[in-house]
Amino acid sequence: MTKDININVHHITRVEGHGNIVVNIKDGTIEKCEWQVPEAPRFFEAMVRGRRYDDIQTIVSRICGICSISHSLVATKAVEDALGLEVTEQTDLVRHLMHYSEQLQSHTLHVGYLAAPDLFGEKSVVPLVPKATEIVLKIVKAHRVANQMSAVLAGRITHPITLTPGGMTKVPTEQELRDLKATLEDCVPDLVDICKAVLSVAGNLPAFDRDTEYVSLKQTNPLYKRTLTEYSFYHGDITSTDCNGDGDMPVNKWESVANEYVVPQSTAKWCKWHRDSYFAGAIARYKNQREFLSPLAKEVEKMFGMTVDNVNPYMNNVCQLIEAAHVVEASLEIIDKLLTKGTKFEKVNVTPKAGRGYAAIEAPRGILFHAYEFDKNGECTWGNCCIPTNQNHANIQKDFEKLVPQFMGEGEDALRQKMEMLVRAYDPCISCSTHMLNVEFVK
Amino acid sequence: MSKPRVAIFDFACCEGCQLQIVNLEEDILKLIDVVDVVEWREAMSEQSHEYDIAIIEGSITREEDAKRLEVIRSRAKILIALGACATIGGVNKIKNNFDSNEVRECVYGEDGQMPHLNTYNTKAIDEVVEVDFKIHGCPIEGSEFAQVIRSLLVGKAPFVPDYPVCVECKARETICRYEYNEICLGPITRAGCNAPCPTAGWRCFGCRGLVDNPNVDAAKEVMDTYGLTVDDLKQKMVLFNTK
Repeated sequence: MTKDININVHHITRVEGHGNIVVNIKDGTIEKCEWQVPEAPRFFEAMVRGRRYDDIQTIVSRICGICSISHSLVATKAVEDALGLEVTEQTDLVRHLMHYSEQLQSHTLHVGYLAAPDLFGEKSVVPLVPKATEIVLKIVKAHRVANQMSAVLAGRITHPITLTPGGMTKVPTEQELRDLKATLEDCVPDLVDICKAVLSVAGNLPAFDRDTEYVSLKQTNPLYKRTLTEYSFYHGDITSTDCNGDGDMPVNKWESVANEYVVPQSTAKWCKWHRDSYFAGAIARYKNQREFLSPLAKEVEKMFGMTVDNVNPYMNNVCQLIEAAHVVEASLEIIDKLLTKGTKFEKVNVTPKAGRGYAAIEAPRGILFHAYEFDKNGECTWGNCCIPTNQNHANIQKDFEKLVPQFMGEGEDALRQKMEMLVRAYDPCISCSTHMLNVEFVK
Repeated sequence: MSKPRVAIFDFACCEGCQLQIVNLEEDILKLIDVVDVVEWREAMSEQSHEYDIAIIEGSITREEDAKRLEVIRSRAKILIALGACATIGGVNKIKNNFDSNEVRECVYGEDGQMPHLNTYNTKAIDEVVEVDFKIHGCPIEGSEFAQVIRSLLVGKAPFVPDYPVCVECKARETICRYEYNEICLGPITRAGCNAPCPTAGWRCFGCRGLVDNPNVDAAKEVMDTYGLTVDDLKQKMVLFNTK
């Protein structure tokens, strides 16, 4: 018989932002099982009103420190959509590189610093330093390489300063690109070693399956056909594993994908498309775009025995490693393309006009939607953001509801550990969630 | 001598300043050699109520957060405000320009009146408790963070620049943004970042807050020279320097 279990994880650690896990089991009956988010709301959509079109990306970058590049990029794209601005091929390529740097940084941070300690049975990366010095140093190095790349392309590591609607305020020199290429090439063996180290403890990922809908972008831009960037983080339509090859949604209809809704019993705002919940993130991108992975990424996939049929949410960590390998090779391809043509500063001229614009890109932790409206002077009158972590909250809750009965026989500590690891597997970025969930403060 | 115990806490913010600590990369390993990090929710599961130095990231927007901060203050010998949200309120203060009820409705619609969405005007940390040291910037500079910790370890006051960003722009030989007919907050903003924004082709956004005694006459003179007004300048201060 299962004993009474009371789990109350207040402010789960090793995730970005604040979340709680609450489980009450009495006489073997689950009375409560909730994923809660008590993050202080910051009201970004209200704050952008009245600001000029070219200040939007600077403000909303501050939604999240880990994915500030994604927020700045998607905002810039939405503003460009509203103002009817086209960007040059050079701008598009440089922005892709900048975006890849963030994927590498965030995935390395998440798998290496935040998730891996669970697999090694430690409370944080700190005790791993003396225990596994060599591999920790390789993780630190991969993280540093990604950040060096961001610094070259975004002007600094966090909160980019080279983006402007219509183009870039600064582009990398050819020398900087050549240096970057050498740095990335040098990092490949370290990445492989990091994958091997995670593989050695991957048996500690819980065996848990739950099929769900997986939502991501799908490339439609002809510029990237038959390149590694066909695996899209940046352009394309919105697709899902439930679309079965048709019914993809253009990004200007993203509100019809997210379908934010209120749950009757809890007033919680969740997202759903074809089912009650969906998964956004590395595993969703992998499932929808697997065929376009780079050779190294496919090696990592094989190493872990990952397949598109896998429905274990903990495998999102593994998909992040696959993607880390992919973005390094995709970056090298883009650097070569830029070096063939050379880079030059391109002056941007923008005439403000009234209009509404939509954009979607893949943040490291899943598909990210922004929309803005401007008046004829280019002043923002309305904004709407829907963040991957918001889109994942309902799916985390549904996972909990299946996971708790499956593992409650293992006792409180083991169950708590599995639930914390599940939340971490989603790589949540709770500060990002500008729309709040059901919040019931627990004593 | 035992190592000083350090705890890092976050309130309303993007957590990007904590990330700059992680971004010290290999150097962070040296840092954890000389201090004992006892609590850091974003990076560690370890927790403690016993610490010498509390590092606070983020702004205060709710009563329950103010109370939590007061408890932290009572336990810490030294309290450091980390980053613009903590030192000056940062972008979180933009909301202070609007009516708080209207802001809630704008973002949450009819759900806006739910009690957990109740926030008051954004406050910087020193508007709630006493702050011993400030590390400015959005985000902070990792090297400045390391400098502050090093100074505290050897018992001397950390160096905080009290001259404007223009000084650093000149040193880097960056062309003045006013020459491009743009308004830049460099003449009144505290330096210490090494002026990355003007160097990357943008204005200074003022994220490090004003220098202690901004040279208002000089700023007016700059405005006059380029045919601009102080109101134009104030408009640009909304992002990081709303009261």
